[in-house]
Amino acid sequence: MSIRLEHISLDYQDGGRTIHALKDINLEISDNQFIGLIGHTGSGKSSLIQHLNGLLHATSGAIYYNGENIYAEGYNMRQLRNKVGLVFQYPEHQLFEVDVFSDVCFGPKNQGLSREEVEARAKEAIELAGLDESYYRKSPFELSGGQKRRVAIAGVLAMKPEILVLDEPTAGLDPQGRDEILGQISKLKKERNMTIVLVSHSMEDVARYVDRLIVMNKGEAVFDGTPREVFRHYKELEKIGLAAPQVTYLMHELKRKGLDVNTDVITVEEAREELARVLKKSVVETEENTVQKSGDTTEENQSVFNQREQEDSSEC
Amino acid sequence: MSFIKLLKLVHNYVTIDEDGEVEEVNRAVDGVDAEINEGEFVAILGHNGSGKSTLAKHLNGLLFPDEGTVWIGGYDTKEEENLLKIRQTTGMVFQNPDNQIIGSIVEEDVAFGLENIGVETEKIWKRVAESLEAVGMTAYREQSPNRLSGGQKQRVAIAGVMAMRPKCIILDESTAMLDPVGRKEVIQTISQLNKEEGITVILITHYMEEAVCADRVFVMHEGHLVMEGNPREIFSQVETLKSYHLDVPQVTELAYELNKEGIMLPSDILTVDEMVDILCQLD
Amino acid sequence: MLRKITIGQYYSIESFIHKLDPRVKLFATLMYVISLFVVNNWAGYLLGALALAVYIRASKVPLSFIMRGLKPIIFLLCFSVLFNLFLTDGGKVLISFWIIKITTEGVKSAFFMGIRLIMLIIGSSIMTYTTTPNQLTDAMEKSLGFLNKVKVPVHELAMMMSIALRFIPILVEETDKIMKAQLARGANFEEGNLIQRAKAMVPILVPLFISAFRRATDLALAMEARCYHGGDGRTKMKPLKYKRCDYMMYAAFAIYFASMLGSRFLPL
Repeated sequence: MSIRLEHISLDYQDGGRTIHALKDINLEISDNQFIGLIGHTGSGKSSLIQHLNGLLHATSGAIYYNGENIYAEGYNMRQLRNKVGLVFQYPEHQLFEVDVFSDVCFGPKNQGLSREEVEARAKEAIELAGLDESYYRKSPFELSGGQKRRVAIAGVLAMKPEILVLDEPTAGLDPQGRDEILGQISKLKKERNMTIVLVSHSMEDVARYVDRLIVMNKGEAVFDGTPREVFRHYKELEKIGLAAPQVTYLMHELKRKGLDVNTDVITVEEAREELARVLKKSVVETEENTVQKSGDTTEENQSVFNQREQEDSSEC
Repeated sequence: MSFIKLLKLVHNYVTIDEDGEVEEVNRAVDGVDAEINEGEFVAILGHNGSGKSTLAKHLNGLLFPDEGTVWIGGYDTKEEENLLKIRQTTGMVFQNPDNQIIGSIVEEDVAFGLENIGVETEKIWKRVAESLEAVGMTAYREQSPNRLSGGQKQRVAIAGVMAMRPKCIILDESTAMLDPVGRKEVIQTISQLNKEEGITVILITHYMEEAVCADRVFVMHEGHLVMEGNPREIFSQVETLKSYHLDVPQVTELAYELNKEGIMLPSDILTVDEMVDILCQLD
Repeated sequence: MLRKITIGQYYSIESFIHKLDPRVKLFATLMYVISLFVVNNWAGYLLGALALAVYIRASKVPLSFIMRGLKPIIFLLCFSVLFNLFLTDGGKVLISFWIIKITTEGVKSAFFMGIRLIMLIIGSSIMTYTTTPNQLTDAMEKSLGFLNKVKVPVHELAMMMSIALRFIPILVEETDKIMKAQLARGANFEEGNLIQRAKAMVPILVPLFISAFRRATDLALAMEARCYHGGDGRTKMKPLKYKRCDYMMYAAFAIYFASMLGSRFLPL
């Protein structure tokens, strides 16, 4: 599976003015990646992801799915939408069936599958979304916000997409709800080898989960790299209304104050290891100079720890 | 008596089945005692369904106690004739910015509350101008709200409340649907109103870093008020907060983790600067 | 898709007509429409067209913008013109084959019908181009205030109307979003027969209704929190007050209407 975007631009008219929503985007999304897409509101993130399954048609440029131009005459757009699952923001607002099970069946039914196949897929998808059988016959409208959202995600998973695109799947949820949804998504990636594109406002979330980060600003992709690489540009990120995780700031500040720490830190876990290393060394004073020098990026440890981290630093 | 006083407040949501029989009673707020003073900035934390929004709706007479009493500025919310008075004293800003703007032009929306309480036309203009200025939205006064960003819409909603000259503003998860920039705008606006105009602020939120700004933090869990104290006291209790499905700022968590490693740090660190100062001393 | 419709949209510019009291515009539009049905000869139509030209000029709304607004109703226009052309009897027969017969009366009546409809639509759309929806509801509330005495909830109706107007763009956007989301789940709105297509609307309509109800509940709560308690004792930020130009406009319209009536007796 691969999606390649070549020179994608999108213009539209708004009250006589021409808005350039996307400007010359070139990207390649390949198998088994966990991609984070960040940028402030209006940066073009939402427009970009709607191109991936052909809901929006670029003004110029081309998109290739597995080498095939999706804008070519006679290309099966519905087939593409089965392969590229798109979960919109607040997806629970699109639920409409009498119970959870029938709602999840909607997607596979549209694919024209047999009844058995539809039901088998719905069952699997509901389980993948972290819900059990007791939800099948419940009305989607009597569930909690987090549960509704899982149902909506299951509705897309039931179509067995090869790539799952989620637009701010944690918006409006409480800390526990956010953790659960993100945990579930990262499980999909690990266990099903699904390619994930996660649109997010939370630097802490992307730092923790994704292995490639694309930053959008004014319709352009301004950064594309591992979160660690991207967050090195924290000053440029600030200029476009974004930021790095709080711990990254902490490390930079410590470095500035003369503490010999590695500033390439993006999660609390890494900060703990790094500070423990530096502080224990300076406290004990017995360790020799053979200890790893800072600046040496140790193996990426995007690991599991139960607690969610903070959004941006305090404002008051 | 303090400005806001809750005495053994209980609120039940009752589900009634088709035959009109009571099917289920959900005790959303269960025996809450609390006092809030004028000019205070209080943050209320709690996971979804912890009862915090229900509690907030009692503070401006949108809901009434099933048991217990709520006094706002000395008025008992249960007495009908106090209602308009109470709603003027404590204004409320809701979660969805689109669903609380009534006017099709920014200034007309800000005027809505004033029109309802029968303020004269000239005074309406004056107060609308003042409150738009206070939230920094004067430049948008003649625009359609549909064209504004989420943060700007919420600032218009705050201006609408401010125009009523309230003593207190309640923000019921008003930042939940905003992006980081919008959240910043709203928090800065209300912090300023709190500091400069002495407005009492009650901020209900999921975002811990917003609660760091508060004078006092309440934590709600299963309808009970389970923790109360200044942000330092609250956030230093990392384990307890986790048990209520909440989290803490990254640096606070880091300090907690380092303590477990045997590096002794104060547990009540809230900001990057504090952490830097302390670590530099250690070194 | 739905955003391209310009008819009825407010055109923001400063002009004499924009500044008029909305009640004047409401009344004038009503009278204009009636006057178009009063006339029966060339002189009357000429007078009506002249008045409209002056009105458009004074409103400063560009003609091209107005013409664009006519596009969605071209079909309706053609339909009624053809209807008149073929189905009016009388006068000399011009063309006749099979069951179709075109008469001089038919041509005349079709021509007048076309002119009348165009003037009618332009005349009333000028009102919406120069008056914000809120001003319009204010005008209705105030002009229909007398109905209060017979227990018609005029204030509430006007409030409902202005809220509806505010939420139209929000719901249009929402419909667009829901449609896209269901498309992403493989929904198909374009194929199939009428029943299948109607069925395909369910996944759009149900979420839309639920959302509308949720918004309504939220809004009611927000209005209550802001001390809304009906129209009693309510004041206005922008109360309607007649100015001199408004009285002048009423006078001008009275003269126009009288001339339109008079035109019936001209031998043209």
